[in-house]
Order: sequence, then C-alpha cells, then structure tokens
Amino acid sequence: MTIDPQAGTDVRLDDLHFSYGSSPMRFDVVFPAGTISAVMGASGSGKSTLLNLVAGFETPDSGRILIGNEDVTGLPPALRPVSMMFQENNLFAHLDVEKNVGLGCSPSLSLTDADSAVIAAALSRTGLTGKERRLPRELSGGERQRVALARVLVRNRPVLLLDEPFGSLGPALRLDMLDLLREVQAERSLTVLFVTHQPEDAQRVAEHIVFLAEGAVVAADRTETFFGEGGPAEFRHYIGDEITNFARKRT
Amino acid sequence: MSLDTQPTAKADGFLAVTVSDRRLLAGAIALFGIAALIGGAFLGLLLEGIRDFGGALAAFDSYLVRIVWFTLWQAVLSTVLSVIPAIVVARALSRHPVFRGRAFILRLFALPLALPAIVAALGILALLGRAGLLAAPLSALSGGIWPGIYGLSGILVAHVFFNLPLATRLLLGSLDTVPSDQWRLASQLGMTPLSTFRLIEWPAMRNALPGAAGLVFMLCVTSFTIVLTLGGGPAATTLEVAIYQALRFDFDPARAVTFTVLQMALTVLVMLVLARLGADTAVDANLPVTRRKFIAPGYAERSLNAVFIVLALAFVAGPIAATVVAGLSADFARLLTEPAVRQATTTSIVLAVLSALLSVMVALSLAAARRASAAKRGKPARFFEAVAGTGAGFVLVVPPIVIGAGWFILLRHTGAVFSVAPAMVVFVNAVMAMPFVIRAIRPAYDAAAERNDRLCAQLGILGWNRMRLIDWPALRGPIATGLAFAMALSLGDLGVIALFGSDAVQTLPYLLLARMGSYRTDDAAGLALLLGLLCLALIFLADRFGTKGAS
Repeated sequence: MTIDPQAGTDVRLDDLHFSYGSSPMRFDVVFPAGTISAVMGASGSGKSTLLNLVAGFETPDSGRILIGNEDVTGLPPALRPVSMMFQENNLFAHLDVEKNVGLGCSPSLSLTDADSAVIAAALSRTGLTGKERRLPRELSGGERQRVALARVLVRNRPVLLLDEPFGSLGPALRLDMLDLLREVQAERSLTVLFVTHQPEDAQRVAEHIVFLAEGAVVAADRTETFFGEGGPAEFRHYIGDEITNFARKRT
Repeated sequence: MSLDTQPTAKADGFLAVTVSDRRLLAGAIALFGIAALIGGAFLGLLLEGIRDFGGALAAFDSYLVRIVWFTLWQAVLSTVLSVIPAIVVARALSRHPVFRGRAFILRLFALPLALPAIVAALGILALLGRAGLLAAPLSALSGGIWPGIYGLSGILVAHVFFNLPLATRLLLGSLDTVPSDQWRLASQLGMTPLSTFRLIEWPAMRNALPGAAGLVFMLCVTSFTIVLTLGGGPAATTLEVAIYQALRFDFDPARAVTFTVLQMALTVLVMLVLARLGADTAVDANLPVTRRKFIAPGYAERSLNAVFIVLALAFVAGPIAATVVAGLSADFARLLTEPAVRQATTTSIVLAVLSALLSVMVALSLAAARRASAAKRGKPARFFEAVAGTGAGFVLVVPPIVIGAGWFILLRHTGAVFSVAPAMVVFVNAVMAMPFVIRAIRPAYDAAAERNDRLCAQLGILGWNRMRLIDWPALRGPIATGLAFAMALSLGDLGVIALFGSDAVQTLPYLLLARMGSYRTDDAAGLALLLGLLCLALIFLADRFGTKGAS
C-alpha cells in the first residue's frame, strides 16, 4: 500500500505552547509527509515532550496539532492517526508475541481470521515467524523492538513516533533495525518522527533534521544541509560536544 | 490511505475521556465510605455528649485518672521491657550472621505478629496461669501456691511476647543497613566488641530506635484484648477496656463518651510524637538479608550471645508451644461437632471473607484514584492525591473500639444494636486492614500503571478490557496477599465483636472469650489452637503470594 507523499499526512505543530512540570516550551514546525525526520537536541531540550504532545500523552496549553490537515489537539491518544514506540516497555510482559501484536488489531483481543492473517504477515515482515508463543522475557532486546514494530504495521496508522527505541541496542543490531525501519517506512509511506542522540542514525535514515534547544525549534532543514559546511551553529556545537565527551569517557 | 478510525475505536475513545474520572469516582466513594463510618461514630459520641453533658463531665473522677495513668504506665513498661532486650538480642543475632537455626528463629520472631491477641493470651495462661504448665515448678520455687499470672505482670508478659520479636526484627534490619566495608574496616583496625558496638552498631540502631519504640508504645496504648483477658480487674484496666465495660456492663454511655474522647486524644498525641520522631510505622515482614561481616567474636562473647538468643527464643516459643500442648488436650471430636462452635466458625469465616473483599476494593479504589489524580494538574487534584495516599493511613489513629463505641451509642435506642453486629465487624475490620492492604497493593498497582498507562492509552485498551488483559495478571498476586492478610486480621479481632456480639452473633474469638469466662479452659484452648492455625495458614498464604508476585 503506497500513497502519494504530497497527499500524505504531514505533522504540523502550530504555535504550540506547553509548560507543565518543565520550563515553558513553544513548538512551531512542520514534519513533511512520507519522510523520516530526526528530532535531535540535548537532554531536556524537549524532544520527548514534543513526541508526547503529538501522541496525545500531554495536553498543550495553547496552539494546535494538525495531522494531515485534521486538528487532533483534543483527541485521546488511541484516536490519533499515530503509533509510538518507546525506548522500553513497548510490550506487555505477561502476553506472548502474537497477543502483543494482536492488541494492535483489537484492544479486547477478540481477533478474527482476517486479523490473524494480518498479524502473521506483520510477524513475517519483521522476521519473527516461529516466535509467536514467546513471552517478551524470552526475547532479545532487538526482537522485542521488532515485535513493537510488527504492532505498528498491524495498526497501520500513517504517522510513527519513535522515542529512541534503538538506544539500548548494540551497534550491529541498531543498524539492522534502522534498515528495517527505512524499508517499512518506504513501503507504507509513513511520516516518521525519530528522536535520537546519534548523529550517524540521523545521517543513515533521516531526510530532515529538526533541532531543539530549551524547548523550541532552533533549526529545521534537510539532513545534508545539517551535516554540510553551512550547518546550523547550534547543531555543530552539539555534535562537537558529543564527540569530545565521548573521547573523554574513552580515555 | 485516509485517517478514518474504526467505529469501535471511537466508542473506546469516549471511554478514554471518562476513565480517569471513573477512577476518581471509585476513590471518592471509598473515602466517603470511610468518612461515613468514622463520622457516624463521632456523631454518636457527640450527640450523647450533648444529651448527657453532666454525665460525661462526672466521668472525670479519680478512677479515670487511675485508668489513664495505668494505660500510659503499662505502655511505658512494656516498651522498655521489649526494646532494651531487643537491642541485646538484635546485636547478638547480627554478630552471628550464620548459624544453624538462625533462619528458623527469625521466622519464629515473625509469628507473634500474625497471631490473634486472644490466642497469645491463652498461650500465656496455659504456660504461666494458675493451672498452667509451669505452675507446679513455679509453686515449688516460690515456696507457696503459684497464684497465676494476672494483672500488670500478665499484661507485660503478653506485650513483651508480641513486641520483643517485633523490635528485634526492626533493629536487626537497621544493623543490616551497615555497609559491609565498615565491618571489614572494624576488623582490620582490630576493634574490640565494645568499641564496635559504640562506633558502628549503636549508631545504626539509634536511628531505628525511636521508630521501633514508638511503634511498640502505640501498639501497647491501644491494646484491648490482652488487657481484657489478662488484666483481671479494675486495678489493671486501660481506657479501651474501660470503654467496653462502661458500655457492656455499666450501661453508662456518658462515661464511655469521656473515655473514648480521651483514648482518641491519646492516640492522636502518640501519632503526632511518632511523626515528629520521623518513625516509620510500617511493619516490614521481610526476612532480613544478612551479609558476611568478617567478625570473629571471642569465646566469652559467643557464650553470652548464645544465652541472650536462647532466652529470647524461650520467651517467644514458650507461649506458642503451650497453645499447642493445651489445645491438643481439648476434646476436638466434641468441640467440632458442637453447633455453637460450627456456627461461630462459619460466622467468622463469612465475615472475614466479606471484610477482606471490602478492604481490597477500598484499597484498590484509593490506589487508582491516587494514580489518576497524580496525573492531573491543579490544587484539588493534589489534595485528593494526598488524601487517597498518605491520608488513608491515618485511620490507624482511630482504634476500632472507638468506632465501635460511637456506633453502639448511636444505635443503642434503635433496638438494632445487636443485629448490626455483622455489618459493624465487616466494615470496621475492612477499614482497619485497609492501610496494610494498600501497602500490599499500591506498589504493584503504581508499577503496572507506570509501565502500561501510555501503551494502553495508545492502543485504546480501556475499562474492562484493560482490567481483564493487563491489570488483573499484574495485580492478582498482591490482591491475594491483601485478601489473606485482611482475612487473618479480621478473623482474630475481638474489639468490635466484644461490643456488638451476642448469643445470636458469635465469632470464634467471641466464643473463645465466653468459654474462658465460664472456665471451660479446655474448650478455650482447643478453639485458640484452631483460630491460631487458621490465621497462620492465611499469613503463610499471604507471604507465598507476596513472594511469588515479586519474582
């Protein structure tokens, strides 16, 4: 199933103000339809808050959230055309893989034959065939995130929010997951908001980067521009710091 | 692809808006129920106080002064006699982290907490009473006829039986918080046992001491059953027993009002002092984990520690063993076929089950409401969160006998006073068990909510679906623990039923008290064994569910 990116679902934060439990934040930005946008910035810059606002876990003080021109600001999380993957706790620990994915079809787990076929296809797409009966604790960290991705496929919502879901995976597994993400994104023309700390992740999968500092968007542009000679000063400073910090920790 | 969502999701979405309100509603109903129970009791006291103000005032006589004095005096003595030996015993156990039977001793020290007070009282009488197991040797020793243990000495023995093991466990817990590096350092520096005590062990225990002593004092000030059964007369009467006597024997409600108000004032005062001391009144039933301590006590110290431990062991094990020995001599074949016993057992179990279910429902509602209001903004939500959270623990300030007395006075003219006995037992015991049940359930509830709230909101798993698929599997262990614990508490309670009980409505503890009163000692001992075993089985189950849920 593919759609024309132009007609697809962009995510628009329209003068969005939010202040509860943190310093005041203000977001005014568009995430283009059918592309992966990396959301970057230092800890506390508001990356997770931005995702939580789009998902509906937080309520803004003022402003609007538009997804594909539909105002979703007042909708509860389950009614928004959005799926989200967290860093951990994406799965219910006492339910097996198939049931965890099945919850994406029906929140009461009453599954039809058609549902079962959709679930089987999603599990096969994410390389989990044969692991339907496993419990989350019997899976590796990478496999758990694959189950979460399978559920995203089953739910079939046009927008995917990723809150550092590969942060705790080793380098090789992370690259595997990034490639799988890019493939799935292309197949479904998903609009992806991808929070990450790793500049190389952004370089690998993202077309755009949105850079946050102190609760506001300070730069938003194509990835090449960010990493090119004329990239935003704040961003260069941020990845420079990352590299020197990294070097210091190593020595 | 369009953004349309399935119609079922729409219906669930509507629930999403109201679900947090439903959690708040459940909490509000629970709080209202508690408030009504306590408020009704206070109303009864207030109306009677107004109606017969002179009578209430007249209760302020020398007898009252004596009762208040005795209440405080026995509590002070019990606390001193429990806590000071506990320091010695806890230190001895801590100095020997590994020896055969240590785990058994610690388990045994957890037993008295689970035992109904009336069972312990019977055990002590079976051992030290006029016809007790030790009566003959004690008579020979004192050179006269052993009069049996009653009055102040009986009360003290019983209170120490309950509280010495409790204080020992609390202090041992504080000793186990000393980092193992400190023990290593002490042994490297060649510290003598005395300087180890002065520099390491005492500072650790000193922190836990106010809390442990405060808790023991509180338990002794509100002790009812022990004083009723072992006090043995007006010379050794506390406020709680005086309330009971004023209502059941003297039919003097105005006096009872005065006693009740004083008892309330006393417990509130003790609670305030406890809060000031920063005492943690939580009773942790976990077995302390012991680390290696790199100490090698000398021969003299080892022998001394062994003596302390054996003495404490004998003190705790004695009454328990006597309960078993005396209980086994009862004629169970007759006892168990007696209609009164069967009736009382059935009544006890039915009331305990109802009370435990109610207690768990109230605790769950409060945990859910606290969680729901924690996610909300604004002052009312903060206030509600505080009330549903810490506030719930303050029902412990109101002793069951106070609630019972208030309702007894309020209802005494309606003619319904004895027919409400079952309801009173269920409600009061449910509320009294509630803080402990919350302790069992809330951590698991909050952890499950923390893990699952966002995911469930995202996937639209709400209401009944959420309960069935997500929450029940995570909470059934803690709920079972809470149920078993609340049942044990309710089964052993004598406070409310002592006021409201009658020939028509008897529970096992009430029947036990009646048999004791009519000197049918063998029957009483048999019933005590039965009741003790029931409660221990429940506590054992609670513990099992608790550890299973934690793994």
